[in-house]
Amino acid sequence: MAESILRRWNQELTIAGAIVLLLLPLIGIQPKTYLTLTIAGIAMGMLLFLVASGVSIIFGLMDVLNFAHGALFAWGAYVGFTVFKYLMKWVVADSVLQNLAVFFIAIVAAMVAVALLGVVLERVIVRRVYGNHLFQILITFGATIVLVELIRVFWGPNDETMTVPLTFAGNWDIMDVIVYRYRVICIVIGAMVYAVLQLILKKTKLGTIVRAGVEDRDMVQAMGHNIYLLFTGVFAVGAGLAALGGLAMSIFSLQVYPDMGGTYLLFAFIVVIIGGLGSVTGSLVGALIVGLTYNYVAYLVPWAAAGVNILIMIIILLIRPTGLFAAGK
Amino acid sequence: MGEQGVDETILEVQGVHTFIGQHHILQGISFDAKADAVTVLIGRNGAGKSTALKTVIGLLPSSKGKIIYKGKEIQKNRPFEIARMGIGFVPENMGIFSELTVEENMRVAMLVENEATARRLDRTLEMFADLKKFWKAKAGNLSGGQKQMLAIARAIVNDTSLLLIDEPSKGLAPIIVDAVIDAINRIKEHSVVVLVEQNFYMASSVGDYFFILDDGMVAHAGHVEALIQDEALQSKYLGISEAEE
Ligand SMILES: Nc1ncnc2c1ncn2[C@@H]1O[C@H](COP(=O)(O)OP(=O)(O)OP(=O)(O)O)[C@@H](O)[C@H]1O
Ligand SMILES: [Mg+2]
Repeated sequence: MAESILRRWNQELTIAGAIVLLLLPLIGIQPKTYLTLTIAGIAMGMLLFLVASGVSIIFGLMDVLNFAHGALFAWGAYVGFTVFKYLMKWVVADSVLQNLAVFFIAIVAAMVAVALLGVVLERVIVRRVYGNHLFQILITFGATIVLVELIRVFWGPNDETMTVPLTFAGNWDIMDVIVYRYRVICIVIGAMVYAVLQLILKKTKLGTIVRAGVEDRDMVQAMGHNIYLLFTGVFAVGAGLAALGGLAMSIFSLQVYPDMGGTYLLFAFIVVIIGGLGSVTGSLVGALIVGLTYNYVAYLVPWAAAGVNILIMIIILLIRPTGLFAAGK
Repeated sequence: MGEQGVDETILEVQGVHTFIGQHHILQGISFDAKADAVTVLIGRNGAGKSTALKTVIGLLPSSKGKIIYKGKEIQKNRPFEIARMGIGFVPENMGIFSELTVEENMRVAMLVENEATARRLDRTLEMFADLKKFWKAKAGNLSGGQKQMLAIARAIVNDTSLLLIDEPSKGLAPIIVDAVIDAINRIKEHSVVVLVEQNFYMASSVGDYFFILDDGMVAHAGHVEALIQDEALQSKYLGISEAEE
């Protein structure tokens, strides 16, 4: 049992180390600013989680590197943008109910539209390149160019301003700590998505089959499950989550633009490499690490903000090449 | 199940060729499995035994030849369709989902969850008591023998008429091999079995018919009793001298 004691010790050490790292920025940052930055970091992490979880599950189950995920993210933002445009009265209305309603409609529209786009993408393009990573990268990269061009055709090439529903705008002042409302909304959305994903993966038969497929696709097929249908379904869910991430991020950053997917896709890949490809919990932890470090470092040493996450990724790749969490967790 | 008669053939593999990448692995292999019997595929390492089973279940595509199951050609079908026709598969590496619990492994295996499946599950767990004991445990933590039991249990919990089992004795202690032999002898009562086996003791304990594979082709075939008598054949293809009693 020495091994299990060692493992538990190892776990406690990891948690202790994480807490120390989390509190470390306090050396250079005032506590109140620190709290504001922490909330910002968690909010950013949750948005990254929405994008990264899709990339991660799609890779875990289907062994597909989907570079088109960034374009799906942008599509989600634009579909939401259109809903906001047509229901602008509700967006700017001084009514919590109307604000929530338009937000909800935008989320559903973005997720459904982009999930359908995901189905087409999987059936027409990705299905042809199963098992070949190089082709996957090339072909999904090609799909990205087409999808982004289509955004330019439908919505025009320029940046557009995204409006924050009135209720979500502004901030609360809780004992002198500034808490932006919309960041709290992002945290709630991310936590809900994580809870629902975990519930489906752990408690339903379909989710159990997906986790089994992450470990051994061939065996799942040989047991009589239509793995192709499963692939399409998982791809659609991943696309829908990317859309939700894109919409939420566009409200966060107050803008949409055709190329917006690229930056976040890079972050998403850093997140899944840190968290472990194929693990939803890994994506959450990885996303929180990236979100928090980004915000702390951006405050302390602005020029290092982008680089530090790549540094973390490299360190984790060196110590644990498979990422922090095992696939299927 | 084979109620119709002893001579009925449930599976017929006819001149099948299989490539893995550029490699021509199965070179026109032919064998069959008769109802109410255990058919054993034997042969040296690399002879193509596992490839043959994977081709039948559809995980590897055949390039030529026919695979006929219950009178229907299945060589163009996909693995999940073939499995749904009532063919169970226990691969050489057992294919255990190690991050899942024993219970979850069984649930993934159950294609329909009705009363008949529940009854088969009871029967299976009674046969493999250890699985019941470790029902909520992570399957990755089971011993090698327990994993093999789980792999077989997953395959027989459905209403299968044909089971393809790849080297269930691999890496198991002799006493566990005896338990696997018991299990297969009981499975035999309700399902046809095609067994890949290098362990001659096991092959001769459960087998009725044998096919010896060599370089992707069938070199010899016949009744297992005849093989037991034929020491020249045994030493040529099986390289055994100290078959356990
Ligand atoms: N993925 C692969 N790529 C290339 N060659 C392969 C692959 N899988 C199997 N082979 C080759 O196919 C041949 C048959 O392999 P197979 O696994 O069917 O043999 P086997 O009879 O089951 O052997 P063993 O008793 O060792 O399990 C071997 O020569 C092997 O090297
Ligand atoms: Mg083999």
